[in-house]
Amino acid sequence: MTNALVGAALAGAAFGGAAAQNGGPAAGPKVETFTLENGMDVVVVPDHRAPVVTHMVWYKVGSADEVRGKSGLAHFLEHLMFKGTKSHPAGEFSNTVSELGGQENAFTSYDYTAYFQRVPKETLKTMMEFEADRMTNLVLTDDVVLPERDVVLEERRSRTDSDPAAQLSEAVSATLWMNHPYGLPIIGWDHEIAALTREDALAFYEKYYTPNNAILVVAGDVNKEEVRALAGETYGKVARRADPPPRVRPREPLQVAARRVAVADARVRQPSVSRVYLAPSYRTAQGDDAYALDLLSVVLGGGPTSRLYRALVVEKGIAAGAGSWYGGSSLDDSRFVVYGSPRPGHSLAEIETALDAEMQRLIDGGVNMDELERAKTRLIADTIYDLDSQASLARTFGSALTTGMDVRDVIDWPERIRAITPGQLVEAAKKTLQLRQSVTGILESAPAGDRT
Amino acid sequence: MPLIAMEFAFRGGTAQDAPEKAGTATMLASLLDEGAGDLDSQAFQERIEASAVELNFRAGRDDLDGSLKTLVDKRDEAFELLRLAVNEARLESADVERIRAQILARIRRDSTDPGDVAQETWLKAAYPGHPYGRRGIGTEETVERISREDIVAFRDANFAKSNLVVAVVGAIDAATLGPILDKVFGALPAEPELSPVVDIWPQNVGHTEVVEMDIPQTTIVFGRGALKRDDPDYIPAVVMNHILGGGTFTSRLFNEVREKRGLAYSVYSYVDSMDHSGVIGGGVATKNERAAEAMQIIEGEFARFAKEGPTEEELVKAKKYLTGSYALNFDSSVKVARGLRQIQLNNLPIDYILGRNALVDAVTIEDVKRVARRILDNGDLLVAAVGKPQGFREGRSSGGN
Repeated sequence: MTNALVGAALAGAAFGGAAAQNGGPAAGPKVETFTLENGMDVVVVPDHRAPVVTHMVWYKVGSADEVRGKSGLAHFLEHLMFKGTKSHPAGEFSNTVSELGGQENAFTSYDYTAYFQRVPKETLKTMMEFEADRMTNLVLTDDVVLPERDVVLEERRSRTDSDPAAQLSEAVSATLWMNHPYGLPIIGWDHEIAALTREDALAFYEKYYTPNNAILVVAGDVNKEEVRALAGETYGKVARRADPPPRVRPREPLQVAARRVAVADARVRQPSVSRVYLAPSYRTAQGDDAYALDLLSVVLGGGPTSRLYRALVVEKGIAAGAGSWYGGSSLDDSRFVVYGSPRPGHSLAEIETALDAEMQRLIDGGVNMDELERAKTRLIADTIYDLDSQASLARTFGSALTTGMDVRDVIDWPERIRAITPGQLVEAAKKTLQLRQSVTGILESAPAGDRT
Repeated sequence: MPLIAMEFAFRGGTAQDAPEKAGTATMLASLLDEGAGDLDSQAFQERIEASAVELNFRAGRDDLDGSLKTLVDKRDEAFELLRLAVNEARLESADVERIRAQILARIRRDSTDPGDVAQETWLKAAYPGHPYGRRGIGTEETVERISREDIVAFRDANFAKSNLVVAVVGAIDAATLGPILDKVFGALPAEPELSPVVDIWPQNVGHTEVVEMDIPQTTIVFGRGALKRDDPDYIPAVVMNHILGGGTFTSRLFNEVREKRGLAYSVYSYVDSMDHSGVIGGGVATKNERAAEAMQIIEGEFARFAKEGPTEEELVKAKKYLTGSYALNFDSSVKVARGLRQIQLNNLPIDYILGRNALVDAVTIEDVKRVARRILDNGDLLVAAVGKPQGFREGRSSGGN
């Protein structure tokens, strides 16, 4: 079953875009890396099955790097990056991609902003020329900035303002993060988006869009030397123009208060409850805790044989759906989420009690080898299935490298998952599943016209 | 790639649901992996997970689809699980009730989602009294009514050999695959017992239906009749649609509604062909205050296209995109398998993929003008809007201008 609280990455100028996932391919493609003289990192993932390439540029900047009061700026700039440069007026890049039969888009997350095209391999250099050009030569006028700001406000209305579950999700995040900017929505608060200006966008651009703050990922029918030559002739010519500050965000204090937030709306006809725990990410975790949490999310709530589904949906029959997920790829701490939605005749309190009981049972009684093995098989197989998709492969490396992991971490991920013991999993559960560092979000119905 | 991807379908789909029991096909699709043969629901799911097989079923409008993905070393187990699901699903009452509860939860959730409500409203007005006028998932009333016997009867009537199409891609050859498929599907009856479905074209074109919802944005879906897949004008219609509203960052609707005026984040059109109908449709979401303006522009673009057709430059660019991007539909094993399944469902020759770009290249400006006049006509649309649109005309519209 789905839950409102999914997806850390906000799809950009068009549609689609699920949260980037953890880990990487098991068998592992032959990945090569190098760095251009101006500091731009390059990752090459050869895939010779078809004469196409996925070309992505990832900037190590996201919504969590915005200054207070300007929420939504990273995402707004992502939209504005399609507005043209001195040499390539608005629309020319997109028209070129389209005429080549390519696909393109962009997306913004808390920690990164990325642009990509999927094109025939012969046109890789053209893509690099355009992308390198808009790294420094963006031209913005109010004629294009102001209508685009309206577009973003409409995007917000579609994603959030018309959906009580999405509104709850925003409130849960804002409550979970007492100090860290992950508490602000990636798309921004409505009133702050409405006040963003051309100058704000350009200042952000000048500060963060520089080759030494970018990672080029090319997956497809190419090799390292080809990419090195093409990247040298294009991105290599772009001068550094800034030294972005270290990515140190305000940290969370020790959290001591369990919090609860609720949205009650006449439009809610299927209530639900979720519990969101502050959790370490792959970058911030001690030891192998993040690996253990990925496995915990599968054992506890990752499908029809998971603990939560089995107990709440199958055995007790009180829930229509129940599960859990963990989003470990973030630069700073992350979250671990459990959720459930009641069947008619059962209350949210019953669901919450049952969720708590299952988490406690796992902590007290441990995990058996069978269920742990199934979870490992599932997670590792997913990385092999991912090899089938060039785009998701490129994405795996891009998101890892912009959230504090390196290529080695991605390649070694299956091995480290395989090595997790039941004891490690329980330890990670004990540390993470603590009420004092959680927010419980309640989505419930209200009489028509009422909005509490 | 050490994997095998299989996509298959039984013709029939939700259009075969009895009207008072709409949702039967969806329930069946949801129950096929909930226990089969000697394995109860949990045991079956554990086997799936232990071998990392991905097995999914989905009820579409005109067919019930299945997909299977497996690593090559788990091949035999994967096909055995598939055989069990197709032939020996247990459909136990506890599982039926659990799945019913999940489907009802989804229907309740969708019932206040502006996009779902708009779509449902549009379908109901376009296809009154026809299976296409119902949501495939059913309604709370019809789903409550479906019994285990209804589900079994649906399976028995729909799962047969002559209405089955299969596509397999990956680390397996035809000689190995043949006997495996015989084992999976061989025990099915030769012929299905399908109810006839009549052809229908969208009704009430020119009407606007508004569903009031207290939200800041109006979600609009619109459309009118177009072509079935076997129409000789189908390919020109695809080219036409790309120029009008299909091209993500390049179409006329994108430029007029989003780029120039900032009226919406998402605005698009599409052509959709069903076994018994065809539509050119689209959608937009914009704040209540500007919904009328957005719709006026869209209707204007439909009418203008019908009158003037495309420019030579637009046509050349659209053909370049459509031919150049075709390969991206086949860049993973799963996508190749899906494409091959669709080709069979559309009754196209199996080497269609090789000749398809030549069909696009052959489209002339006269073809597109002809198909635009034929499909878009005066630009009238059946419109369904959900929200609190201001100044929006309801009922009979005067068409575009």
